[in-house]
Amino acid sequence: MISKTDSHTIVLKPPSGWTALNLGDLWRYRELVYFMTWRDLKVRYKQTVLGASWAIVRPFMTMVVFSIFFGNLAKVPSDGLPYPIFSYTALLPWELFATALTVASRSLVLNSNMITKIYFPRIILPISSILGGLVDFLFAFLVLIGMMFYYRVHPSPAIWTLPIFLLLAVISAIGVGLWLSALNVLYRDIGYITPFLTQFWLFITPIAYPASLVPAKYRIFFALNPMTGVVDGFRWALLGNQQSAPNSMWMVSSLIGVVILISGLIYFRRMERQFADMI
Amino acid sequence: MSEIALRVENLGKQYKIGMPVTRYRTLRDAISEKLTSLQRLHKGADRPNMIWALRDVSFEVRKGQVLGVIGRNGAGKSTLLKILSRVTDPTEGLAEVTGRVGSLLEVGTGFHPELTGRENIFLNGAILGMKNSEIQRRFDEIVAFSEVEQFIDTPVKRYSSGMYLRLAFSVAAHLEPEILIVDEVLAVGDAEFQRKCLGKMSDVAQEGRTVLFVSHNMSAILRLTEEALVIEKGKLVLRARTPQAVDYYLSRGFSQEGQRAWPADEIPADTAPFCPKHIRVRNGQGKVSDSVRSVEPISIEVEYTLQSAITGLRVGIYLMSSRGEYIFTSFDTDEPSLYDRFSVRPAGHYSSRCTIPADYLNEGRFVIGINASSFRVRRYFQDEQALSFTVDPAGAPGMQWPEPRLGPSRPRLNWKIEAV
Repeated sequence: MISKTDSHTIVLKPPSGWTALNLGDLWRYRELVYFMTWRDLKVRYKQTVLGASWAIVRPFMTMVVFSIFFGNLAKVPSDGLPYPIFSYTALLPWELFATALTVASRSLVLNSNMITKIYFPRIILPISSILGGLVDFLFAFLVLIGMMFYYRVHPSPAIWTLPIFLLLAVISAIGVGLWLSALNVLYRDIGYITPFLTQFWLFITPIAYPASLVPAKYRIFFALNPMTGVVDGFRWALLGNQQSAPNSMWMVSSLIGVVILISGLIYFRRMERQFADMI
Repeated sequence: MSEIALRVENLGKQYKIGMPVTRYRTLRDAISEKLTSLQRLHKGADRPNMIWALRDVSFEVRKGQVLGVIGRNGAGKSTLLKILSRVTDPTEGLAEVTGRVGSLLEVGTGFHPELTGRENIFLNGAILGMKNSEIQRRFDEIVAFSEVEQFIDTPVKRYSSGMYLRLAFSVAAHLEPEILIVDEVLAVGDAEFQRKCLGKMSDVAQEGRTVLFVSHNMSAILRLTEEALVIEKGKLVLRARTPQAVDYYLSRGFSQEGQRAWPADEIPADTAPFCPKHIRVRNGQGKVSDSVRSVEPISIEVEYTLQSAITGLRVGIYLMSSRGEYIFTSFDTDEPSLYDRFSVRPAGHYSSRCTIPADYLNEGRFVIGINASSFRVRRYFQDEQALSFTVDPAGAPGMQWPEPRLGPSRPRLNWKIEAV
C-alpha cells in the first residue's frame, strides 16, 4: 500500500537573507499549475453566460470603440494599415497583459485558505491565474485571422517570431503579477490600485496610436515599458508593419521585461515566507 | 526500525502582537494598516511587540511511530504543525522531515463549489501533492470511500455538508504520505464520519507510517498513540508514554485549587463582547476546592463580563471524564423560564452557577469545559478543558467493597430486596 514517492529529507529552517529561487519545486508541482489554470478557466466558463466568448467580446468591442473615436474621428495615424486591424493586433497581447495583472494581483488573497493550510510553491497561484489568459488569447486570435482575411492583410514573413513577442508579454505579465500579488498580501490597497494602473498602462502603450508617433528622442523612455516592444513586435510579425521594423526599442523592452520578471521572482520569494502569517 | 522520520531541534516561532488575525480586511483596515506601517518606517527602530508562539522545542520521531501532541488552545500545537507541514517558516531552530508530509487538517482545501465531485478530486489531489497518475489509479477507491458515487458528476455546491466532508476527507485519506499530521479532524463532521477518521488513522498507523496526532479528545489520544508530547505556552514540557502524559496534562495543565482565572492575555481576541473571568468548583460547604466529595452537592460557577448586550446568549459547561468522554452538557438558559428572562443579556458582570447533585459522580478526575454561544449565531468562547477537579468517593454507596466502580456515575439508587 505504500505509494511510490520521492523519499528525501527536507530541512526546515528560518529564512536567511537570500534563498534560491527554488524553481525545482515549481517543476515538481507542475501538475498543480495545470490543474489550477484549468480550474480558473472551467469556473469562469461555467459561471458566465457568454463563457469563452468574453475572450473575444472584450478586445473586439474595444477595437470598435477605438476605431470610431481614434481612427475615424481623431484621425490617429495607423502606419498605413486599416485602423481596426491595427488596433486589434495590439489589443490581443494587451488584453492578455491587463487581465493577467488583475487576476494575478488577487490570486493569493482569493486562495488564502490554501496558503494558510498547506504547502505548495505559492508562485503557482499567480502563474496559473495568468496562464489561463493564453486560452483567451487563442480565441481572440481566431478573430484576428478572420479580420486579416477581411482586410486582405497578408501575414508578414516574420510571423514565426510571434511566439517570441508573446513570450515577452507573458514574462512581463508574470513579473508585474508577482509584484502585485505579493504586495496585495501586505497591503490590500493593491486591489484598488490595479485597475488604475492598468488604465494608465493602456495609454503609455502604443495601442490606440503607432509607436512611430512618439518623437525619436523620447523613444528610449517609451521603450522602458515592455509592452511597447510587445505591441510593436506583434504589428511587425503579423501585419508586416514596416514602421516597426526590428529596432533598439525592442531590446530595451525585452531587457526591462526580464528585469521585472527576475525582480518579481526575488521579491515574491522573499515575501512568500510571510504569506501564511500575514494573509 | 530506528530510522528518524522527523527531527526537531530548538524550533521556535515568533509572531508580532497585533498582527492581523482575521482573514478579511476592509479598505479602511488596509489603509490604516499601511499608514501605521509607514509611521513605523519613519520612527525607525520602534519594534512592535513580539511573542514566541513556540520556543526551544526539540524532539525526534522514529519512522512508524504514532505520536500524540496535547496542549491547551493556543499552547503552540498548531504553530508546530504549521511549521512541520511547511505552511510557515520557523524563526529559529530547524526541523528535518524525511518523506512526504500529508495532513488531515486541510480537508477540502481548494475545493471549488462550481466544480463537480470528479473534478474536485483531481484538483484537490493535485493540491495535496498527488501525481495525476496516482489520482487516476486511486480514483475508484476514493469515490467508493466517500460514498457519493451517484453525485460524482454534480457540482459540489449541491452536496450536503456531510457529502462534501466525506468526499474531501476521502481524497486526503488516500494521499498516503510517509508522515501524516492529524489536527482536530475529529472536531468536524458527524459521529459516523469521526469513526471513519479514527478507523483510517489506525489503518495508517498499522501500515507503519509515522503519525503526529493532535487532539483534545483524550480517549482518542489514549487509544491511538503510545507516546505523547505535552506542549504548554510554546514549550515542550513533557514527553512520556501516553497515559502518563495525559495524566500530567489533566492534572497540571489547568487546575489551580479548584478555580481558574483568565488573565487578559490568555483570552483570544475574537471572544468580544464575551469575556471569561473565572471558573470555580465549590464543595458542599461552599468552599472553592480541587477535591470534592461525591456524597455532597458540587457547585460550578462561571464568572464573566459582557462588554455589550448579547441576544440569545447561553453559557454552559461540559463535564468530561479524564479519558475525554462526555458525561453531560448543560447551559444556564436550558430552563424555559430563564431562557425567556435572559433572551437579551445586557452588558455587565455575571456569574452563572449550577449544582451537580450529591451522589451523581463516581470517584476520579473530571474535566469541565466552557462554552458561551448564541445558538446558530456565534460561539463566543469555548475551552474544552477549562478546569479539572477530583471526586473523592468517601461515603459513597458500595464503599464496603474496596474496588473501583466502572462508569463515570455513582448514583445512590433506591434498591428494594424482597423475598418472592
